[in-house]
Amino acid sequence: MGKIITCGNQGERICSDCQVILELTDNNGIDIQLNSKVKSLYGESIIALTKDIFHYFGIPNARITINDSGALPYFISARIEAAIKQLIESNKEYLPDFHIDNSLSLSTLRDRHRISRLYLPGNSPGLMINAGLHHPDGIILDLEDAVAPEKKHEARFVVRNALRAVSFYGAERMVRINQIPAGLADLDFIIPHRVNLILIPKCETIEQIKQVNERISIISMKYNITQKIWLMPIIESAKGVMNAYDIARSANNIVALAIGLEDFTADLGISRTKEGTESFAARSRMVLACKAAGIQAIDSVFSDIEDLESLRQTALQSKALGFVGMGCIHPRQIKTIHDAFAPGKEEIEKAKKIVLAFEDAQSKGLSVVALGTKMVDPPVVKRAHHTLDLAIEMDRLNQNWREQL
Amino acid sequence: MKKYDNLVKNAAGRLVPTVVNGQQVTPFKGIGKHRPTGRKYAPPISTILDYPTDGNKEVTSLEEALRLCGLRDGMTISTHHHLRDGDLIANQIFEIAESSMVKDLVWLPSASFPCHDGIIHYLNNGTINRIEGSMNGPLGRFTSAGKMKGCAVLRSHGGRVQAIQDGEVHIDIAILAAPTADSFGNGNALYGPSACGVLGYSLADYMYADKVIVVTDNLTAFPCMPMQIEGNYVDFVVKVDKIGLPEKIVSGTTRITKSPDRLLIAEMTAQFCLEAGLLKDGCSFQAGAGGTSLAVEDYFHKILLENKWKARFCFGGSTEYLVRMLEDGSVDYILDAQAFDLEAVRSIRDNQNHCDTSVFHAYNFHSKGNYAGMTDIVILGATEIDVNFNGNVVTHSDGQLLHGIGGWQNCLHSKCTIIPVPLFRDRIPVIVDEVTTLCGPGSLIDIIVTERGIAINPLRTDLIEKMKNSKLPIVDIQSLKDEAERICGKPSKPHFTKEVVGIVKWVDGTVIDSLWKVED
Repeated sequence: MGKIITCGNQGERICSDCQVILELTDNNGIDIQLNSKVKSLYGESIIALTKDIFHYFGIPNARITINDSGALPYFISARIEAAIKQLIESNKEYLPDFHIDNSLSLSTLRDRHRISRLYLPGNSPGLMINAGLHHPDGIILDLEDAVAPEKKHEARFVVRNALRAVSFYGAERMVRINQIPAGLADLDFIIPHRVNLILIPKCETIEQIKQVNERISIISMKYNITQKIWLMPIIESAKGVMNAYDIARSANNIVALAIGLEDFTADLGISRTKEGTESFAARSRMVLACKAAGIQAIDSVFSDIEDLESLRQTALQSKALGFVGMGCIHPRQIKTIHDAFAPGKEEIEKAKKIVLAFEDAQSKGLSVVALGTKMVDPPVVKRAHHTLDLAIEMDRLNQNWREQL
Repeated sequence: MKKYDNLVKNAAGRLVPTVVNGQQVTPFKGIGKHRPTGRKYAPPISTILDYPTDGNKEVTSLEEALRLCGLRDGMTISTHHHLRDGDLIANQIFEIAESSMVKDLVWLPSASFPCHDGIIHYLNNGTINRIEGSMNGPLGRFTSAGKMKGCAVLRSHGGRVQAIQDGEVHIDIAILAAPTADSFGNGNALYGPSACGVLGYSLADYMYADKVIVVTDNLTAFPCMPMQIEGNYVDFVVKVDKIGLPEKIVSGTTRITKSPDRLLIAEMTAQFCLEAGLLKDGCSFQAGAGGTSLAVEDYFHKILLENKWKARFCFGGSTEYLVRMLEDGSVDYILDAQAFDLEAVRSIRDNQNHCDTSVFHAYNFHSKGNYAGMTDIVILGATEIDVNFNGNVVTHSDGQLLHGIGGWQNCLHSKCTIIPVPLFRDRIPVIVDEVTTLCGPGSLIDIIVTERGIAINPLRTDLIEKMKNSKLPIVDIQSLKDEAERICGKPSKPHFTKEVVGIVKWVDGTVIDSLWKVED
C-alpha cells in the first residue's frame, strides 16, 4: 500500500470546504469516492474536475476520497493539487482562471486608504467567498499565525487559487507570508497571481526586506510581471521597534508599517491591556518612524470581537496617536474602525472653512491665508484638503459640498 | 383508494393530480380565482345531556379518552404545534393506536418537528396512512423517498383552517395539549411548567372536530382563566405527568444571527425599507423568528428609535426582541400567534397590548378579511426563488422535502413581501431558473435581498421609482441568478421519478404543485 495523504478540512462545523484523502495506486485507473452534501447537484462536475486534475498531472492510477461540504471548484482543485504534490514532484500548476475583477486589477495606489485590513485564515476557503462584501480596505489571506504548522503546505494552494478566482470587491489583495526566511517560499505561490501587498511578519532588520524584494524580482522576471507589489512589514518586537525607521525607508515599495501588539507584549514579557499604556512608547515611536519616512502607520488588531465599544475607544486613541488604520479579525469590526478613523463632523466643518479661506485668498491674489485672526500655513491647507477627500471617499461628505453651502 | 390520479397542468403550468387519496381536488386556477360556495362545515350537534352536570370531564388516561372517542381505522387525528420540539403527546397518540391495532389514520398536525421523527415507525407499520400538514427533516425525506402509504398534503397555517372550515378536512378527534386546564376543558398556555404563551393554532381544531380531548400536566380547579381553549367544545380532559419538555418548547435558541454575511443582508433589508418609505411612523410589520429575520427586526428597532417613530403593530412569532420593542414604546401592539421564549410568554401574560391572535384573524381564506393583507412589511425566508420571483419553501434544490409551509403563503398577501436570502448556501444557488416546488407565485413576492444585490419585482414600479437614486445595489433578478451560477457552477436538475408523493395546497385549497418521488 502506498503513502496516504490527507488535505483540507472536514467536520460538522466546516462549510464550503472539502477534505481529500489520496493514495497513488498501480492499476485500476482513478478510483473516486465522493461524499458531498451537494452531490445530486454538482456530483458529476466534481468527478469530471477530479479526473481532469489527475490527467493534467499525468497520474493514471489513484484512489481518492473527497469529503465535500460545498466547496467551490477552485478550492476543491486546491485541495487535490496540494495532496498530489505531496506524492509527486511537478513544476506544473493546476490554475483556475482569473475572476474578471482580478484580471482587470492593476497595481493599487501607494497612498490609498488602508484604514481597515481584514485577516482571513489562509486555510479556510469558506470565509473568503464573501469577505469583500463587507468592504474592508484590504483583505489579508494569512499564511502565518492563522494556519497550523502541518497545514502550511496546503494553505498555499488555497491562497493562490483565491487570489485568482475570488472577487474581493475592490479590497486591496494582501497576503501575510510566514516569517523570513520560511516565508520566502510562500512568495512563489502568490507573486504570479496579482497580489497587491505582502505583509512581512516579525520584521526586525532591513536584511529581511532585501531578501523579500530579491525573491519578488526573481519571480517577477520569470513570470514577466510588471505590476507594483507593495510591502507592509509588521513590527512585533523591541528590536523591530528600535529599527523601525531604518526598515521604513529601506525600500521604495514599502507603503506602511504595522505594529503587532500580541507578539510585541510577549517579547517584552508583559500582558496586553485594553488601555494599551504598555505599548504607548512603541506605538508612538513607530508612528514617528513612519511619518519621517513618508509612509502609513497602521495599528494592531483588537482581539475581542464582541466588545465593539472598547474597539471604538482603541481606534479613536490610535487615530489620535497618528495611526491611519487598524487590523480586523472579524467583519463586524470594519464599520466601527471606519467610523472611528473617518473625519468627524467638526473636523470636516473646520476643513471646509480652511479650504474656502484658501480659495478665497487665491482668487484675491493674496499670498497669506487667514481664518478669522489666525494665519493658516500651507501644510494645514494640505491637511484640510486631505480630510475633505477622505470624508468624500468615506461617504461622510457630499462631493458637491460647495454647491450645498 | 388511489393515492392520486388524473394529472393535469394547473394555471401555474405545474403538473398536479385532480384526485388525491380518493378525493377530488381542484388544480390551482390563479390567484383569487377560486371561490368555494355553500355553507361552512359544522361538527355534529351535541347536547349537554351527554356531559356530566358537574362539569368534570376528566378521564383516567389518554388511552381511555381515545377509546371513549371511538378511535378506529381511517380517522383523522389533529394536534397543534405550540409545544414545538418539546411535544410529548403526538407520539403517544399513535403508540396507543398501534397497541389498539388501529390502522390507516391521518395525522393533521399544524406543524411537525424533529421530536416527531418517531412517527416514521407508525407510517411504516400502517398505523398512519399519511400526514396532512407539514413534514420536516426525516419525515420529509421519508415522504420524498415515496415511503408514505397515502399522498402527503402540505398546507399553510391559513390553508389548514380553510380546509377545516370548508369541509375538505374532517377532524374526527382533536387532541390538544394545554399547559394549564381545568376539568371542564377550559385551557390556556400562560401558566404551568409547559407554558408556551398562546394556543391560536388549536382554535379551528376544537371548534370543528367531532371529538375534542384536552391533555394537561397542570390541572387547576375550575375556572381556568383566561380560556384560550373553551371548555364548552371539549369532550374529555386527561391529566398526565408531562405534556412537553420546557427546554425545547421555549428553548431560547431564537437568537439574532452572528453571521456577518446574514447581518449584512439584514442591514440591507432594513435600509431598503427605510429608503422605500415602507418603514415609517405608524407602520406595521411581521418578522419571523429566524436569525436573519430577528436581525432585520433589530435594525428596524434602531431606525424607529433614531427617528422617534412608533410602529402600530407587529405580527409575532414573538421573542424577547419584540417584547423589548413593545416595552420601550417602539411598537403599540404585538399580535401574536406563537411565543418563542419565556420573555414572550411573560409579556403575553402581563401586557394587554401583547395579544393572542388566531389564524382566523391573520391568515384564513374563509374569514371576512385577514390581518396579513393589512401588514406593511413582511419578512420571509425561502429555499429557492426563481427569476420570475416564484418561491419555494418546502423542498431543497435536490428535490428533498424538508420544511413545512407555515404561514409563509398567507403572509405573501401583505402590502410588501421581502425575502432576505443568501445568493447561495454552501454552493447551492438560492436564485434559480425555476423553483423545484412552487409554493408561492412570483406576483406576490416583491423584493429579494441578497448580499450581492437587491432585486425588485418589475410589477412594483412604485418601489423601483422610489429606489432609483438609492446607493443600495439594486439589480435585475436575472443578473443575480447569473452571478450565483458564475460562482457556484450550473447545478444539475434533481432526479425525480414520475411518481407523485405529495401535493402542495394554495391558500384557497387548490393544488399549486406536486411533490415527486426522488430517485435513490
